[in-house]
Amino acid sequence: MAEYKPIRKVVSGNYAAAYAVKHARVQVVAAYPITPQTSIIEKIAEFIANGEADIQYVPVESEHSAMAASIGASAAGARAFTATSAQGLALMHEMLHWASGARLPVVMVNVNRAMAPPWSVWDDQTDSLAQRDTGWMQFYAENNQEVYDGVLMSFKVAETVNVPAMVIESAFILSHTYDVVEMIPQELVDEFLPPRKPLYDLADFSRAISVGALATPNDYYEFRYKLAKAMEDAKKVIKDVGKEFGERFGRDYSEMIEKGYVDDADFVFMGMGSLMGTVKEAVDLLRKEGYKVGYAKVRWFRPFPKEELLEIAESVKGIAVLDRNFSFGQEGILFNEAKGVLYNTSARPIMKNYIVGLGGRDFTVPDVKAIAEDMKRVIEAGKLDREVEWYHLKR
Amino acid sequence: MNTLFGEKKTEAKKIVFTSVDQYPEAPISLATTLSNFTGDWRTFIPVIIEEKCVKCYICWKFCPEPAIYIREDGYVGIDYDYCKGCGICANECPTNAITMEKEEK
Repeated sequence: MAEYKPIRKVVSGNYAAAYAVKHARVQVVAAYPITPQTSIIEKIAEFIANGEADIQYVPVESEHSAMAASIGASAAGARAFTATSAQGLALMHEMLHWASGARLPVVMVNVNRAMAPPWSVWDDQTDSLAQRDTGWMQFYAENNQEVYDGVLMSFKVAETVNVPAMVIESAFILSHTYDVVEMIPQELVDEFLPPRKPLYDLADFSRAISVGALATPNDYYEFRYKLAKAMEDAKKVIKDVGKEFGERFGRDYSEMIEKGYVDDADFVFMGMGSLMGTVKEAVDLLRKEGYKVGYAKVRWFRPFPKEELLEIAESVKGIAVLDRNFSFGQEGILFNEAKGVLYNTSARPIMKNYIVGLGGRDFTVPDVKAIAEDMKRVIEAGKLDREVEWYHLKR
Repeated sequence: MNTLFGEKKTEAKKIVFTSVDQYPEAPISLATTLSNFTGDWRTFIPVIIEEKCVKCYICWKFCPEPAIYIREDGYVGIDYDYCKGCGICANECPTNAITMEKEEK
């Protein structure tokens, strides 16, 4: 193994994604531009135009077609990639099921953007979380480095378990904000991520197959189980790949939930994506001020890291779940998932849901402190006044 | 080797799985092509007039089922397990070497 010397570049989250696509030696990219995803595809187009990457770019007329073309390429054995955002992801919805159902390891970057109306181009996780049940794995990146690493790891995980994966970054907060990203030299990426070995060879006429054929009630059920099992198996693969990534490149992703100060914390902040960067910063400061707080950043939302959450729940008195998303008629989506995991156990810390940052509303260190105060009050009282708090609401 | 050439399709059987482990990893080829005998849908049957055949294989290209194969001697043969009698081959044949006749059953 060659010695690892990272190449440091100052890039936006979108460019980090594009570089990862190039380094992963993706063969087919099909995409349709939508703010704030556009610059991913522009950068990939630039790589192709400069002869830096040997990628077949398929221009399409909608996101639905972008996913369809990616599925076709992946079925033919290629390593396929696409990227989208918000309404574009919603338009892809039908095809997302085709990719996961046919067990094709397409990787997609979704730039989290609020759903319209009212029209918005800013950060909000509801778009990707609305695709929760499509059978796609979901990785939430906290910063530009995690976007780059996430794309590379997602290809490896997806191609091992044959389930597609989504890498999710925040609109503008990551997508258009420049930061230092340590990139990996091409030959080391090649060692980490060898060429894809597809499940079936479409060009082998002696064993002709057809994909996406009809299954009667006699067979459909078993295929659903196989996908469910693959997702369950993915948990181990994710941890192994994350560990291998750490050993090779120094950034460890072996935990599906990144934890900090959890062991002796009264309560932890739980959340996903870029807002956890703010939380981590705030927790460091709060610790210095004597608050016994920690954080739990959910990296992989699907498959859901049940076991790791249970471990955290056993040691804390409370969990403040920060959701930059909302399921109308109920509560924040991560909150809903986390509560569901804890029902059948004796470990049931007080959980409160804070809806924050919808549609790109700023979420800052003082906000985290204010939430910590509120959470402290809730834990001392031993009961919830209200379960779901719309934190920023102008009252 | 491309087995579309030179031989009739192997005896395809309807596949019945009795446990989840027997299923392929991805949903492929369950109720289609080789395991789906489309031949019993047929009312009309293509008949090849060898004297008129110029071995252009246009019929082979157009056949929507795996019903036409190329024999060792270069002429085309029809696999009646799969021929559903659609008549596309007869329609496309430039020398009218294929006619469609009502099948006696």
